[in-house]
Amino acid sequence: MSDIKAATLEYATRLGDDSVVLGHRISEWVSYGPFLEEDIAYGNVSLDYIGRARMFYTYAAELADDGRDEDDFAFMRNDREYRNLLLMEMPKGDFAYSQVRQLFADVYYTVLLPELLQSKDETLSAIAAKAIKETKYHLRRSRDWVLRLGDGTEESHKRTQKAVDQLWGYTHELFDMDETEQLLADEGIGVDVSKLRDAWFKMVSDILTEATLTVPEDSWAVRGGRTGYHTENLGHMLTEMQIVHRSHPGCKW
Amino acid sequence: MTPEEQNFMRKIENEEKIEPKDWMPEEYRKNLIRQISQHAHSEVIGMQPEGNWITRAPSLRRKAVLLSKVQDEAGHGLYLYSACETLGISRSEMIEQLQTGKAKYSSIFNYPTLTWADVGAIGWLVDGAAIVNQVSLQRTSYGPYSRGMIRICKEESFHQRQGYEAMLALAKGSPDQKAMAQDALNRFYWPALMMFGPHDSESAHSQKSMEWKIKRETNDDLRQKFVDQTVKQIEVLGLEHPDKNIKWNEERGHYDSSDLNWDEFWSVIAGNGHCNRQRIEHHVAAHDEGEWVRDAITAYNEKKRVKKAQNAA
Repeated sequence: MSDIKAATLEYATRLGDDSVVLGHRISEWVSYGPFLEEDIAYGNVSLDYIGRARMFYTYAAELADDGRDEDDFAFMRNDREYRNLLLMEMPKGDFAYSQVRQLFADVYYTVLLPELLQSKDETLSAIAAKAIKETKYHLRRSRDWVLRLGDGTEESHKRTQKAVDQLWGYTHELFDMDETEQLLADEGIGVDVSKLRDAWFKMVSDILTEATLTVPEDSWAVRGGRTGYHTENLGHMLTEMQIVHRSHPGCKW
Repeated sequence: MTPEEQNFMRKIENEEKIEPKDWMPEEYRKNLIRQISQHAHSEVIGMQPEGNWITRAPSLRRKAVLLSKVQDEAGHGLYLYSACETLGISRSEMIEQLQTGKAKYSSIFNYPTLTWADVGAIGWLVDGAAIVNQVSLQRTSYGPYSRGMIRICKEESFHQRQGYEAMLALAKGSPDQKAMAQDALNRFYWPALMMFGPHDSESAHSQKSMEWKIKRETNDDLRQKFVDQTVKQIEVLGLEHPDKNIKWNEERGHYDSSDLNWDEFWSVIAGNGHCNRQRIEHHVAAHDEGEWVRDAITAYNEKKRVKKAQNAA
């Protein structure tokens, strides 16, 4: 396999991991939302991410060409092999925590996907084209929620600010590059995320400020998702997600 | 009969729909509120046993299908709450009635989902039973309910197909998968039959509901339809029929079957099933935890309103 093909396989896997992990976390809200409309909205957003994961993994499987399929990528890899960003794996927390995480992720995709759309790799570009439309809707929703929660009651403000402060340190690695991604960026296949931080920061700060929330100082950063150095949360999540699949090796569902 | 009553009965007899602004007997209204809200609550509580498997679905495709199904159920809950609101009751009142036990939901959701196969069994049998009932309700006399049913039936048939397809994958799979499918069928078959309610002779609301064409077919007739259609489906799966007394009756043109365990039925209705307490607790906990969120929306909207008024002044 050429270096570029190997790097693309790794890249598609990473993006698939981000999607499946976040999609799973969002799905944990179904039947736990503050009202019925939110249960539906969570279901919708989760479905979009599961759909993306399937596209990225299917592409990864095609590149790997070793008999694996999308489910092998999702269900047969351990937490140390997962390459998702840590932000995506944080537990659902309270409603404010989930919405703030969603805002950070949605703004990330808002700045990332138009770049991925330009990819020379047609599959990645096609996935981006589909995802852009979904992200537009996702961002409208998470932005509205953060505004309402930040500028709602004293309690909602406090919870939302706390979520912002607790999640901020996980956002730095969203813009880290490594050799694999640099190679792909140089080839016009992958996105140079290090160039996206300013745009992300501007959008997020504007929304937080409008929501009467304080933009945190960059005083701490936790990194490791792309190297498989995860938080303790991912192992538990995958244990649950993979249990049935792994209990029946080789079965079809 | 007053002229209003006469006009109402004339419409019922002529198969004209009753609409929200039309005059209707108080009992008709109450009967409808009971039935539609019960139906709405069933959709909402039904999210729990299926939602129980979203995070453990064994493939990404199944996860997506299940998510989309549960999302549809929530959507059905919404239309039905809206249809019920046209009768002069608010959603928050209905939710309170659910949480205090004054309003019921389908007893089937008080059975636990213990394995992945239960998700298939629910789609196939529970949604299958619901469709038999709902197809009949498309002709119900109350306009908003009838229209809601037409819309809901389309989605439910997709649910039933995906459930049956999930069962088929298991039944044709490994011995463990097949055993899982059989076990789910054995547990869900009987409660699915109970979804049609008590025997006609025992049903408190049936007679009046039939007269007003809220209900179009009796509990026992609908149950028979379901029994009949399920026999062949079980055969195709290659599973054993849970009812050892199932037998074609040439004279009736229907299958004869065992009587149900009505003690169990009444016990679950009375709130003493496997999961009754858990389901309501879950609903109450989510609702209570959501209170600060709902308060935040109210406060935010109020701030916006005041600001707008100030800007206008």
